[in-house]
Amino acid sequence: MRWALRHLRLLSVQFRASLQTSMQYRADFLVQGAMSFFWMAWAMVPLLVVYGKRDRVAGWDLDHALVVMGWFLAMKGVLEGAVNPSLASVVEHIRKGTLDLVLLKPVDAQFLVSTAKFAPWHAVDVAAGAGVIVWAFSRLSRWPGAADVASALLLTLCAVAVLYSLWILVVSAAFFVVKVDNLSFLFLSIFDAARWPVSVFTGFWRFLFTVVIPLALMTTFPAEALLGRIRPPAVLLAVAGSLAFVASARVVWLRAIARYTSASS
Amino acid sequence: MNPGRTLRAAPTLLRVGFSEAVAYRAEFLVWLLSTNMPLVMLALWSAVARDGPVGRFDQAGFAAYYLAALVVRLMTGAWVVWEMNFEIRQGTLAFRLLRPVHPLVAYAAENVAAMPVRLAVSLPVALLALWFLGGKHVTHDPLLLALFPVTVFSAWLITYLAMAAVGCLAFWLESATSLFDVWLGLFGIFSGYLVPLELYPRWVNEVSYFLPFRYMLAFPVELVTGGLDRSQALAQLAAQQAFVLLLLGAAAGMWRLGTRRFAAFGG
Repeated sequence: MRWALRHLRLLSVQFRASLQTSMQYRADFLVQGAMSFFWMAWAMVPLLVVYGKRDRVAGWDLDHALVVMGWFLAMKGVLEGAVNPSLASVVEHIRKGTLDLVLLKPVDAQFLVSTAKFAPWHAVDVAAGAGVIVWAFSRLSRWPGAADVASALLLTLCAVAVLYSLWILVVSAAFFVVKVDNLSFLFLSIFDAARWPVSVFTGFWRFLFTVVIPLALMTTFPAEALLGRIRPPAVLLAVAGSLAFVASARVVWLRAIARYTSASS
Repeated sequence: MNPGRTLRAAPTLLRVGFSEAVAYRAEFLVWLLSTNMPLVMLALWSAVARDGPVGRFDQAGFAAYYLAALVVRLMTGAWVVWEMNFEIRQGTLAFRLLRPVHPLVAYAAENVAAMPVRLAVSLPVALLALWFLGGKHVTHDPLLLALFPVTVFSAWLITYLAMAAVGCLAFWLESATSLFDVWLGLFGIFSGYLVPLELYPRWVNEVSYFLPFRYMLAFPVELVTGGLDRSQALAQLAAQQAFVLLLLGAAAGMWRLGTRRFAAFGG
C-alpha cells in the first residue's frame, strides 16, 4: 500500500512537471490542438472514401467502423501523449550516457523513465476519439449497456498495457542498437493500420495484426465490446494475452538494463 | 557555386553517399519496413474489391496501382529535411558551409548515391508484380515506358527540393519538422498514396492538378499502369517540370536568405 502511494505521488509530481513545462508554450498548445483536428480529419479520409464506394466491408458498415476509428484516435492520443515522449527521452539518455543518473535513484528505473515526460495537449486527441465514438453511436441510435462499457474499459486497459509493453520492447532494443528513433517511426507506421477493423485483413496481415503486433486488441476488440458483439472467452483470452505481454516486456527490460554500460565514462 | 568544381567533386560525393547507404544497412531496412502503407492499403482495397471492381479498379488493378506506388515511393524517398533541421540546430552546418561545394548539391548527392540500393529493393517488387499480374496492367506504349524513369527522377527532385525548402525554415523556426508533418499529411491525400486520386470526390482530383503532390507519386504510377494516354501524360510531364523549376527557385532562394542569418555556436 505504501509502495503504491509513493509511486502515485511520484507520478503526480512527474505529471505536474510536464504540465508546467508545456504550459510555458501556450501558442504551441493552440497549434497542437488545431493540428490534432487536422490529423483527425486526415485519419478519416480513407474510411470515408471506402464507405463512399461500399455500404459494408468485411461485415462492418460505416457506423460500426467509426467506433473502431474513434478508438484508434484515442489510442493514438495515449501513445503520443503519455507513452511516446517518455520513451523518446530514455533513448536520449542511453545515447548520452546520462541514464546512470536515473539508475542511481532509489525508485524502479522502468517506472521513472516511463513517467518522465507527458505531452498533455494530446488529451485533445483522446477527447476527439471519444467524440467520434459518441457520434457513431448516435448515428446507430442506440447506446451500449453497462456491461458492454465495463468490458470495453477492461479491454482498453489491456490495450494501453500492451501498447506500453511494445514500447518498452522497442526501447530495450535501444540498449543493443542505440539508434531507435527509426524503430519508433516504424512502430507508428504499423500502428496506422489499427484504424481498420481487423477483419478486413486476411492471411498474413490478419496473423500479424492479431498475434505478433496485437493491433486488433487495441482498437477492434474494445470497439466490438462496446457494440456488444464480443464473446466473454475472447475477453478473457485478451486479458491473459496482455498480462503475458506485460510480463515478457518486463523481463526483456530487466535483461536489457543489466547489459547497460554507461556511454560517458 | 562553381559548376566545374562541383562536377569534379561529384564522383567522390557519390562514392561517399553510396558507402553511407551501405553502412547504415539496419536503418535502411527499418525505413523499408516502415514504407508499409501501400501494402496495408492494398490489403484493404482487395477486401473491398472482392465482390466487384471499384471504379476502374478490380483486385489486380489495385495490386498494380499500389505496387507501382510502393516502387515510386521507395525510389523517391529523401530525408534531407531532418538532416538539415538537425544540422542547423546543432550548428554542424558550419562544416558544410566551409566546403567548396554547395550544401544543397552535397545533400542531393548523398540521396542520389543511395538510389542503386533502393533500386535493388524496388526492382524485385516490380518484377514480382509483373510476374503475378501479367502485362495487362502495364502500359504498352514505348514512349510512356521510356518516360517512366524520367518522371520518377523528377518526382524525386520535387520531393527533395520541397524538403530542402521546408528544411530552410529551420533557419527561422525552432523546428521545421513539425511543419513538414503537415506537408506529409497533404502528400498522403493529394498524391494518391493512400487512395488512388480518381476514387476521391471529383474536386479533390481536380485540385490535385494544381498541387505538387500528384507529380510526386500518382503521375508516374498512373503512367506506368496504363491510366494515361499520350497527350495526358505529356501535359502532366510539363506540369511536373514546372513544379521542379518552381521548387528549385524556392529552395535556392530560401537557402540564400537563411544562411545569411545562420550563426553556429560552439566549435
